[in-house]
Amino acid sequence: MEYSYYPGCSLHSTGKEYGLSVEVVSRALGLKLHELFDWSCCGATSAHSTSFDLSVALPARNLIFAEKRGLDVMIPCAACYNRFKMAQHHLANAPGLRGKVSETLGYEYRGTAVIRSPIDIFHQDVGLETLEEKVRKRLAGLKPVSYYGCLWLRPAEICDFENPENPVKLDEIMTSLGAESRKWAFKTDCCGGSLTISKTGQVEKMVGRLMRMAVEAGANCVVTACPLCLANLDMRAPAENRLPVFYFTELMALALGLEGPEKWFKLHGTDPRPLLRSLDLL
Amino acid sequence: MKNFLEEVNARIGGVALQNCYHCMKCSSGCPMAEVMEYQSNEIIRMVQLGEREKLLNSSAIWLCVSCETCVTRCPNAVDIPRMIDVLRQMSLEAGIKPAEPEVVAFHRAFLDTVKLGGRVNEPLMMVSYKARTGTWFKDLVMGLKMLLKGKLSLVSPRTRNRTVIHRIFKRTSKL
Ligand code: SF4
Ligand code: SF4
Repeated sequence: MEYSYYPGCSLHSTGKEYGLSVEVVSRALGLKLHELFDWSCCGATSAHSTSFDLSVALPARNLIFAEKRGLDVMIPCAACYNRFKMAQHHLANAPGLRGKVSETLGYEYRGTAVIRSPIDIFHQDVGLETLEEKVRKRLAGLKPVSYYGCLWLRPAEICDFENPENPVKLDEIMTSLGAESRKWAFKTDCCGGSLTISKTGQVEKMVGRLMRMAVEAGANCVVTACPLCLANLDMRAPAENRLPVFYFTELMALALGLEGPEKWFKLHGTDPRPLLRSLDLL
Repeated sequence: MKNFLEEVNARIGGVALQNCYHCMKCSSGCPMAEVMEYQSNEIIRMVQLGEREKLLNSSAIWLCVSCETCVTRCPNAVDIPRMIDVLRQMSLEAGIKPAEPEVVAFHRAFLDTVKLGGRVNEPLMMVSYKARTGTWFKDLVMGLKMLLKGKLSLVSPRTRNRTVIHRIFKRTSKL
């Protein structure tokens, strides 16, 4: 199985351990990733807030490279995934937009790229059974709540991901690793990530509530698939309710017995190692 | 000449705002409702009533986090986040001083680094943001910790074809 791979800006900086763990896990599961040629930023919230055309042209440049390569493109960052899907949607529907964007970019945009989430790739293309067979160390005692946030899911018709009010794929992946995935009602509530720098006070309240609910659900950690969510939950949680937060791929690597998790865990704001040691997982 | 409602509808280019029947499903699920001075369905009504000045000067348009919850739940598929983006863009184009200057300063700092290197360089972006807002000490310890842990680096790989990046910005962004 081969894929194009769009890391996006976060996976080279604040989400470094997400990028590293996606690569290590993919390799171990027999997936070949090809980093997208000379990729550029998707523009995130700052582009769509300030200019519609910019918010389409930035992802479109990368989509063109993906169509040329012809492989499904894996996008681990929820925000990038969302901006790519939105751009593709607008390019297919807004009259005249395709021509205008192709002209700006100097390449013909055709609209044939297939945008994929690693959650979906591991769940669907690899499959839970295969995953379960490859587990070397079952994550017994780990009780994560799965936190999906906003951008994988909404708007549902455009993101084409899962039930936007009750997604389950992350939970199922966690179960196949031997963890005890906890049910909770906040898996799709917003954490406020896009305003974490500029409206910190409000965002701390939002993160505080999520963490309180996770604790109430009996969780001992949170698992996510978004570098903005992780940075936000990991850094902005109140001292009294502070659970370790993991990328789902870090836990996959740990369960598959791969090299790297110890190093990545050192990069977290809330050190997850004491919890993992107490469960005999490190 | 188009009135305010027609202008906003044209820029949204999808479901017309008149389809809203004010069930308030959007506002009930909005995570920012408690801090927005106008609720999402109120904003729709205000656009219909032509309250251009009030909306373009509001905090609400900048406090929406673009979580897309409202449009996902709306029984009429009214695209509120897109409407809010349109109002933001109109506010910037009219040269209005934003009611939430930090939010706009962040967007400027973010896009400036993209324009420069094709990709975001986080330390550079934070310095630019802090210079714009004068908030030198907020989050400083956190940033330094990340630098020390080797998460952030001062130089990061850039997009090679920056000519096309500059052309994209030149043609599409007036920020
Ligand atoms: S959910 Fe839709 S129809 Fe209901 S008030 Fe909001 S925009 Fe109007
Ligand atoms: S997209 Fe904006 S208006 Fe809609 S629910 Fe989220 S914060 Fe509220």
